[in-house]
Amino acid sequence: MSQHDPSPTRNGHVAPNGTALGTVRICDFTGQLAGAGATKWLAAFGAEVIRIEDPVNQGMWDVLRNMPPFVDDRRGPDFGGGFNNHNVEKRGITLNLRTDRGKEILTEIIAKSDVVSENYAAGVLAKWGFGWDRLREIREDLIYVSNCGFGHEGPYAAYKTWGPIVQAMSGLTFTSGMPDREPAGWGYSYMDHTGGMYMALAILFALIHKQRTGEGQWVDLSCTDAGLSLNGPAILDWTVNGRPSRREGSPEGNRSSSPPMAPHGIYECAGDDDWVSIACRGDEDWAVLADLIGEPWAKDDRWRTLAGRIASQDELDEKITSWTKTRDKFDIQRSAIGKGVPTAAVQKPEERIEHDPGTTEFGLWPEVEHAKMGRVRVDGLPAHFSKTDWKIEQGGPCVGQHTDEVLSSLLGYDADEIARLHEEGIV
Amino acid sequence: MSALQGTRVVELANESIAWAGKLMGDMGADVILVEAPGGERSRGYAPFAENEEGGESLYFWHYNTSKRSVVLDLERAAAKEAFLALVASADVLIESEAPGRLAELGLDYADLVRVKPDLIHVSVTPFGRETSRRDEPATDLTLLAGGGPAWSCGYDDHSIPPIRGGGNQGYQTASHYAVMSALTALFHHGVTGEGQFVDVSMHAAANVTTEMASYMWLVEGETVLRQTGRHAMPMMTMPVQIRCKDGRYATTGMPPRTPAGFGSLYDWLDELGLVPQLPEAIFLDNARHRESIGFADIGVDDEVTAAFAAARDALQLIAENSTADGFFEGAQKINITVGAILSPEEAYENEHFVARGYQVEVDHPERDAPVRYPGAPYKLPASPWRISRRAPALGEHAAEIFGPLGIDAAALAEAS
Repeated sequence: MSQHDPSPTRNGHVAPNGTALGTVRICDFTGQLAGAGATKWLAAFGAEVIRIEDPVNQGMWDVLRNMPPFVDDRRGPDFGGGFNNHNVEKRGITLNLRTDRGKEILTEIIAKSDVVSENYAAGVLAKWGFGWDRLREIREDLIYVSNCGFGHEGPYAAYKTWGPIVQAMSGLTFTSGMPDREPAGWGYSYMDHTGGMYMALAILFALIHKQRTGEGQWVDLSCTDAGLSLNGPAILDWTVNGRPSRREGSPEGNRSSSPPMAPHGIYECAGDDDWVSIACRGDEDWAVLADLIGEPWAKDDRWRTLAGRIASQDELDEKITSWTKTRDKFDIQRSAIGKGVPTAAVQKPEERIEHDPGTTEFGLWPEVEHAKMGRVRVDGLPAHFSKTDWKIEQGGPCVGQHTDEVLSSLLGYDADEIARLHEEGIV
Repeated sequence: MSALQGTRVVELANESIAWAGKLMGDMGADVILVEAPGGERSRGYAPFAENEEGGESLYFWHYNTSKRSVVLDLERAAAKEAFLALVASADVLIESEAPGRLAELGLDYADLVRVKPDLIHVSVTPFGRETSRRDEPATDLTLLAGGGPAWSCGYDDHSIPPIRGGGNQGYQTASHYAVMSALTALFHHGVTGEGQFVDVSMHAAANVTTEMASYMWLVEGETVLRQTGRHAMPMMTMPVQIRCKDGRYATTGMPPRTPAGFGSLYDWLDELGLVPQLPEAIFLDNARHRESIGFADIGVDDEVTAAFAAARDALQLIAENSTADGFFEGAQKINITVGAILSPEEAYENEHFVARGYQVEVDHPERDAPVRYPGAPYKLPASPWRISRRAPALGEHAAEIFGPLGIDAAALAEAS
């Protein structure tokens, strides 16, 4: 990997030993969530991620820089809460790539990087003069990962997307909804999160390949390809049986036919928009739940077997609702879980973030120090490593926060040269 | 050479991590699925080939490509020996056993490092190994409900329950994080020779995969509300889904953002002969001649406000008068970001995916013809994704895997 020493000025101290990815440097053009989410993982495990942003528009290609949520009344590219969430532990520099000098500096950074990552529309980086051929010329063993909605090849390569469009075009919106209603889809950019995960996977696979062979490569990641792979059994049902997902009764809402379970649903509870999910995996779970319900209808013989419960599922769901809707969702969760039946309240953000030992004891909401926002909580990562765990302490970079530091420590520029670059609008 | 060529992964069969094993297997890892006698439960999940109830499970086929199978009854002493030998030959163990079970069997990380000091052991459990909720049972549904995603998914009509998106996305999200973990640990191993234990929580995975729902709360203390087919937000926003002429839905996404974009939208409307149906179309045509146009002027400049409203109405009118595909292509050609809501098979047969080589054939020696599968989620030309074999029959590879480890047929009979 890069023959670089840990930067003595990084985060004000020497890069910690014992990180998993501390030998990796990434020249990062990613933004939003689909790209920034990928390098968040890598940065949290110690990779040196250097975000390259445009000084002319103050990094606002990534619109999350100035989008809600905000910690207070201040607005501007250094105050977007989403940006901070996705860019912790990264460094940020500005570089005007409209200028030759800016391009020279970028070339120097790429020459010292293992990975170049971006999630622009297809072809943008090439337009600036940094297409794959040029990148490979700068560094022969470079890993370049591009990530866009439809990839760099194919009839839709020029088309634009954002998360909800990717979900629509890859089958995921369709498969989320009640039967015979319009799709419910995803109430967030599931494929920005997941596209970011596939980008992280692609970078890691390529890093391992390079570790073993010394060889770099260009990975063309198309988020819709990744999205379509998330409904595999439905696709095989089509290719093998010719049975389409677009048919009566499909999608199946909150029910489960694969594996067959009943009851299996989300039921109304007492309270304001309060709901509980219940999944009976088999006859035993049902017997336990029926006992807990304790009403005569629950002991109906028809419902002793899965086939019987499935045959009259509408009626079963109505009866269960009559029981849940006068009860508190967490009371139901506690009593059913206590007897071993998978049950979970549909948790509101406050409930799962503030009061759920499943997240708080995991340390899932670390607080970072942001240069302007102060201390802010962010999403942590859902895995703990026994030897090289993640670290999320530094907030997302303000525009150009680390420009001088990177120019001096990575590229060896002196103060005069750096001052000149500022004056000339290069950085 | 695939990226994980030469890396052996032992997967203790469990439906919640089958996707993780496949992701590694399709990238070249030698994934050995360790099944209990009788086989992994998902061998019995629908859909079935030729729709024969109880026949070959297409569900199992999909999630278990590029794996080999052995059978071990880990309760038996001979099986423990065989399992230890297998782990000693491996680089990664991935499992989703209930916390405590492997320790009871004497096969947890502390036991395994005695035979394989640099093992990477990835444990994937509903609530992690260490939290006080660790023993609670969970399914994909309850994970998505308790972990946040379901709260944000559903309809404007809040008398309809929150929706669990289809396709085991709770398990798959946890599997993505499990593979990211395994690869991160493998890279570290490549640098230092050191293995480690990784504790993945499926509940935590769902919790940090909800986009704004979490950070609106963390930063502003705001609670998002579910809305049909669009982002859950603290306030209800305008609908985005439109039923097209062919009965399929489209999602409208963003309006034009440049004066020329408004002009193109007018021209498209005109081409379809729909201008007479939308008197406000004149505002689109007017916007074409402006120097600039942006969201910031909505409500400030009457013409801008009218142009954005007209763009919305125009897209709605065009969608209602087009097929979903026609609407998608027409809008994208003039740089307006919209989507057609395709079913999985419609996407699979779509010309774009076909042109990218997304349809791949996998040989099934028992069948007359190869079977078409979903293709590569990423393209790594130097270390390609590839389905190396169809899902294994139960215990199909016991002899070829255990033979070289010095475990013969008699010992295997004892172990399974």
